[in-house]
Amino acid sequence: MKEFLEGSRAVAEIVRLCKPGVISAYPITPQTHIVEELASMVANGELKSQFVNVESEHSAASAVLGAVATGVRAFTATSSQGLFYMAEVLFNISGMRLPLVMTCANRAISAPINIWNDQQDSVSLRDSGWIQLYAENIQEAADLHLVGYRLSEDKSIMLPVMVCMDGFILTHGMEAVDIPSQEEVDKFLPPYKPLYKLDTAEPLSMGLLADPDYYLETRFAIQETFKGALKLIPEINEEFKSRFGRDYKDGLVEEYFTRDAEKVIVAMGSVCGTIKEVVDALRAKGKKVGLLKIISYRPFSYAKVYDALKDVPKVAVLDKAISPGAYAPLAIEVKAAFSGRKKSPKVISSFIAGLGGRDITPESIKEIFAKLTQKEVNLEFIDLKPELLKEEYGE
Amino acid sequence: MFKAGHTACAGCAQSMAARLVIEAAGSNTIVANNTGCLEVFSTRYPESAWNVPWIHSLFENCAAVASGIEAALIYLGKKDTTNVIAQAGDGGTADIGLQAISGMFERGHDILYVCYDNEAYMNTGVQRSGLTPFYTNTTTSPVGSMFLGGNIRPKKPMPEIANAHGIPYVATASAGFPQDVQRKVKKAISIKGPKYMQIHVPCPLGWRHESELTYQVARLAVETGLYPLIEYENGKLAAVRKIAQPKPVEEYLKVQGRFKHLLNNAELIKQIQEIAYNNIEKYSLKVASSE
Repeated sequence: MKEFLEGSRAVAEIVRLCKPGVISAYPITPQTHIVEELASMVANGELKSQFVNVESEHSAASAVLGAVATGVRAFTATSSQGLFYMAEVLFNISGMRLPLVMTCANRAISAPINIWNDQQDSVSLRDSGWIQLYAENIQEAADLHLVGYRLSEDKSIMLPVMVCMDGFILTHGMEAVDIPSQEEVDKFLPPYKPLYKLDTAEPLSMGLLADPDYYLETRFAIQETFKGALKLIPEINEEFKSRFGRDYKDGLVEEYFTRDAEKVIVAMGSVCGTIKEVVDALRAKGKKVGLLKIISYRPFSYAKVYDALKDVPKVAVLDKAISPGAYAPLAIEVKAAFSGRKKSPKVISSFIAGLGGRDITPESIKEIFAKLTQKEVNLEFIDLKPELLKEEYGE
Repeated sequence: MFKAGHTACAGCAQSMAARLVIEAAGSNTIVANNTGCLEVFSTRYPESAWNVPWIHSLFENCAAVASGIEAALIYLGKKDTTNVIAQAGDGGTADIGLQAISGMFERGHDILYVCYDNEAYMNTGVQRSGLTPFYTNTTTSPVGSMFLGGNIRPKKPMPEIANAHGIPYVATASAGFPQDVQRKVKKAISIKGPKYMQIHVPCPLGWRHESELTYQVARLAVETGLYPLIEYENGKLAAVRKIAQPKPVEEYLKVQGRFKHLLNNAELIKQIQEIAYNNIEKYSLKVASSE
């Protein structure tokens, strides 16, 4: 049944249906509504869960780490500075091979302090050993949590999943959302059966010191598991489609009018909705344009990106994050997908937009399509205000 | 439950105390351990000295990890039959871990937190911590030609900080009094809620005393009044280990290389003696004369 819900509420509803035994979180805008909703569900008895109100994000991540290590499904959510404060714990959770789902309500990074949306936070933690899935809209954000638990707890994976949803745009936006029944969710997501846990009946040591004789193999194993995730994500999405009727194709990327396209924008997150709108409008005028939406940033499917774009003459990569001193993070991946391959777009240009919540409007997207010419551009910032730059740098 | 074969140094009191604690707590115990000497010498892959469920995550988060374990045990309906211990060294407790501990206390988790206090960052090579005593020579509070004292700050009052949280039980203990350690652990786990124990554990390497003197050094710290053994229950001082005849602090200082610089400096020793006197006064450590 479809309900008109705020994004945070939709995520809270789906998390409730996933029945985490422990929830731990620390408030940060724009993540707050998600955990407020869950706290309220616990207080009203709709969710039988231990809600641990910690004193920091570092402890939120640590508490859910402890809970999962004890064999209980857990949940947390954060954003921006909170994600960074969690950072060392996040590497720890993946290194200890503990399955978990966390929402990252994507937000800009300080300084200057800014509570609005971009993707600098999660993108900066791409190497944390977490699977990272990016949502285009509220329905997808909700669904990715369910897919996330299933994926994370699969015996062949045992790695945490970060569901990235754009702050405010998705967390505070409203949409008609299909929330499945408990029965449907239970069929898709069985109770968590840990491979290993802290149990007095069978004592086990976790988090041991691995010296140079052993450490390298732990990292190799994580890298191999991500290869496995590339295969498993499509399988889980296939089953998701058969049970819930929503089709995310392979769950790795979504192709939108790419097959005959002359120009394609590659992007992730909510901006893909805006891009689709512009693609529709331009297609109506006979322009052969398209979108390649990246759902899974980690693992990154170079094969799918290659396959989708190999015959597209001009590709623009839109990043909502930067890697100062280098190409933009998503652009790096897209360019890498064609390294040493037979076919390639003639042009792969890279654009930065939306940092710190600057609106990416349909006009911004049209500008990107317009600037996508024979001449490759890199790190082209869209919607810069020249008058502010003048203040900063002088004439 | 804590087996031999680990790689602790000869005379390490932390390994002794860790065994005393887990044996007193019993096999129905889950341990969350911060990074530090104890973690390194007891769990080098593929071996572990622990025969209870044990987890190490990071340097500063065992109180938060233990909070999650406790919450999970409540969810599983196993909390009433399982003890949870969070344990760390003095740096992991009084410095980098303090925020997580404060949160654990304030939230009222049923966890025993044990600080093994060897009074400096020993795992990284004897750097000063918030629990390093006044005038201790460490690698980051060295005695130099311009400054003769070493560490210029007194120990952070962790037991009082713990007690200020209104938790039901706070105790200090010493590896020099093993039965007292075990009595306090048993008492602590019999009480529901957050508990804090701080155990004084000499480190022959860091304190630079002979490794066979560990036990005597630990006892001297108590017998001089420099390490008072106290118990707070529900915020009130409930018991102290009385000292029949307090020994001069010099007896404690002179067997340790970390205080060697003080031995010819009567003024500095006097200041340390004052700390002992203050403890004796504050906690009424002296046996009342039978007049």
